[in-house]
Amino acid sequence: MKKLTHGKGFWTAIVVVAILSALIQFLISGGTLNSFYVNTIFYIGINIILATSLHLIMGITGQFSIGHAGFLAVGAYASAIMTMKLDLPFPVAILAGGIAAGIAGLIIGIPSLRLKGDYLAIATLGFGEIVRITFLNIDYIGGASGMQVRHLTTWPWLVACVVLTVVVITNFTNSTHGRACISIRENEIAADAMGINTTYYKVAAFVIGSFFAGIAGALYAHNFYIIQPTNFGFLKSFDILIFVVLGGLGSMSGAVIAAILLTIISTFLQDYSETRMIIYSLVLIIMMLYRPQGLMGTKELTSLFKYRGTGKGGMPNDNKQTIA
Amino acid sequence: MEWIQQLVNGISLGSIYALIALGYTMVYGIVKLINFAHGDVFMVGSFVGFYSISIFHLGFFPALLISMAVCAIFGVLIERIAYKPLRNATRIAALITAIGVSLLIEYTTIYARGAQPEAYPDKLLPFKNVEFFGVKISSQSLFILAISILLMILLQFIVHKTKIGKAMRAVSHDMDAARLMGINVDNTISATFAIGSALAGAAGVIFGMYYTKIEPLMGIIPGLKAFVAAVLGGIGIIPGAMVGGLVLGVIESLVSASGYSLWRDGAAFVVLILILIFRPSGIFGKNVREKV
Amino acid sequence: MTTNKLLLKVEKAGIRFGGLQAVSDVNLELKQGELVGLIGPNGAGKTTFFNLLTGVYVPTEGSIELDGDKLNGLAPFKITRKGISRTFQNIRLFGELSVLDNVKVAYHSRAKHSILSSIFRLPHHFSGEKEMEEQAIEFLKIFKLEGFLHEKAKNLPYGQQRRLEIARALAANPKLLLLDEPAAGMNPQETHELMNLISFIRERFSLTVLLIEHDMLLVMGVCERIYVLDHGQLIAQGTPQEIRNNPKVIEAYLGEEVS
Repeated sequence: MKKLTHGKGFWTAIVVVAILSALIQFLISGGTLNSFYVNTIFYIGINIILATSLHLIMGITGQFSIGHAGFLAVGAYASAIMTMKLDLPFPVAILAGGIAAGIAGLIIGIPSLRLKGDYLAIATLGFGEIVRITFLNIDYIGGASGMQVRHLTTWPWLVACVVLTVVVITNFTNSTHGRACISIRENEIAADAMGINTTYYKVAAFVIGSFFAGIAGALYAHNFYIIQPTNFGFLKSFDILIFVVLGGLGSMSGAVIAAILLTIISTFLQDYSETRMIIYSLVLIIMMLYRPQGLMGTKELTSLFKYRGTGKGGMPNDNKQTIA
Repeated sequence: MEWIQQLVNGISLGSIYALIALGYTMVYGIVKLINFAHGDVFMVGSFVGFYSISIFHLGFFPALLISMAVCAIFGVLIERIAYKPLRNATRIAALITAIGVSLLIEYTTIYARGAQPEAYPDKLLPFKNVEFFGVKISSQSLFILAISILLMILLQFIVHKTKIGKAMRAVSHDMDAARLMGINVDNTISATFAIGSALAGAAGVIFGMYYTKIEPLMGIIPGLKAFVAAVLGGIGIIPGAMVGGLVLGVIESLVSASGYSLWRDGAAFVVLILILIFRPSGIFGKNVREKV
Repeated sequence: MTTNKLLLKVEKAGIRFGGLQAVSDVNLELKQGELVGLIGPNGAGKTTFFNLLTGVYVPTEGSIELDGDKLNGLAPFKITRKGISRTFQNIRLFGELSVLDNVKVAYHSRAKHSILSSIFRLPHHFSGEKEMEEQAIEFLKIFKLEGFLHEKAKNLPYGQQRRLEIARALAANPKLLLLDEPAAGMNPQETHELMNLISFIRERFSLTVLLIEHDMLLVMGVCERIYVLDHGQLIAQGTPQEIRNNPKVIEAYLGEEVS
């Protein structure tokens, strides 16, 4: 029987994360790590949040979203307004970023989620572009030249947000609510017929996912000194998408591992951005041709150690329809 | 009077969207794939035209034909290499592959020749303004419109009067039944990609001539907007793509003319979201629903 | 076990898709506890009729009432919660979920714990999940599926998948169960087991069942009454004996064989 309380694994993981992050804090404050490595580590943290938040929408609920950078942008700008325009403290800004993005998710989710598959994908893409163009046209937040932001993202805040995101999304997934979302991914008509309010859960997944993308936005903005609408274009959405797809749609550990690996690779290739994009796109194409289920397939890292894991993953099925 | 000029600009722009949208709609109609790389085929077509003119000193029409031919071959290559193995995969896998192909083309182009823009030679065609009842209309706009209309008529002819056109319609209606009837489905799909890509190539050359500036990422936005046009007209429906393209071009020009030119790029996406929500099947589309 | 209480009342229900009248003018009544068959040639509109009952399609005419509640225009999940549950002609299990989780999904609408209590692992979450798990396991024992609790649904053999789909539909606690060709693709042995299962669950859960089936042996064997649909219209109703001798029915079926 599956454990219903947090097992040993959970607490072990918490302890490991605590020790590891204390160690990194020590290395940062001791000046052992140069700014290049510190930056990379910060990006890894932010990308883990982005990957897990999109994982909830795409991997668990099966809703194809390719405008995730839009929510990142909303969070970034909302939090930057809090700290730079209203002089509010950083934690308030983080929360505000999350809430603003969550509201954006709600506004976009309710109408868009009537759409399915590639139509939804295109609608989310359109939404991402609308967000970018809107920010481009608002003078209050600097228009195209962007907004100056103070560097406030610190390691403890980052770790706290990453842990919060991962724990919340894991807890959500491993509950009746997560199962409701997975049932939508697996077969929406059957989920509906089993009494699942599919619209409610699709919107819920969208809102929770966008909320955390907004939190990532707040951390991103205050790590960067300046934010501009061009930071949040389609390519950024694509970067997040590739974490989830490469890791294995439906596998959170896959998404996290992909986020870590790809962030490291891309910081080393940052002076060769064309090469990076060529490699990324080739990897993506080859992956879809030869291993469409992604790095981890349907499995979680934890299930590799158990005697039998129930997979939570898999590519959303395109149900081949038969004649009624 | 300025409004009428904007309207004419809108129609010219719209006919470029329409040419690109035709490729999207034909491919979607036949393999149910949003071919994200289509906008990049348009970019490649534009560059092929540019090099034909600037390096080989060809005239406009030879350049147009070469560009269409190169794009047709390019489109078929993309289909054979990247999409064909995925024909029975999930729609999402196919869509992600298409995004991958799109980025690969863009960044390989940048890698090969750099990201700097090129200026299209603009003295290829006689440039003078024609006056209609006090409205100045550039001969270029009329010219673009004429070529686009010609190509669309040609396409209608191919689709409705030729054997390959019949095969295309049969395959898009029911791929398995078409195969059983002895239609070579693979070749038909390739032909669809070839025709759609050739139209995109033509659009690329026309775009270059009209806007005079081309660069490796130029395909992204017109590509997305052409997709919007295809959805607007009803995806999979050829006349829908033409009308959708023209409507979208006019809407954009009117948004610009009303003094919101910075919002012009947003207009297309607002149109997209509105149409997806209120009439996902598009202007000409019929509602199809999932069978249970 | 059949009472005289009317459970389902369908009056002049029909649906039109554009120019196509798929189902029209169907009158059908089910008394509580009845087991009724719905037969008809291919394309007669049987599954479409199920889709009308379950809200997948909204009827364009007529009315559907369950226990006196009007169902027209309700979302499918609301109709399920009111007490109509179904299986599908082409099995629609949640393939990547375990057998246990498939059944738990059917319990979801009765879960007492909220999203927030699950996210923050509040006491409600644990008690709610525990209750759900215990009930689901007990339930699967009834269907002799307890040996597969943690197996992915898609890895079950075909016959067991059909069984699981019926179990899942029943776990949603319906008053009326709709079975859409449950014996499709089964061998005679499996069909026989299925007949026993249907009789068993009907008594065990005091259920009303409406059954679409092509296997005449099964329909004639278990159903008390039969409705016959052809070209979207009811052409006959009655006991199996009456249906067997009804010239209209014979014609509808023969017509199909000739064409």
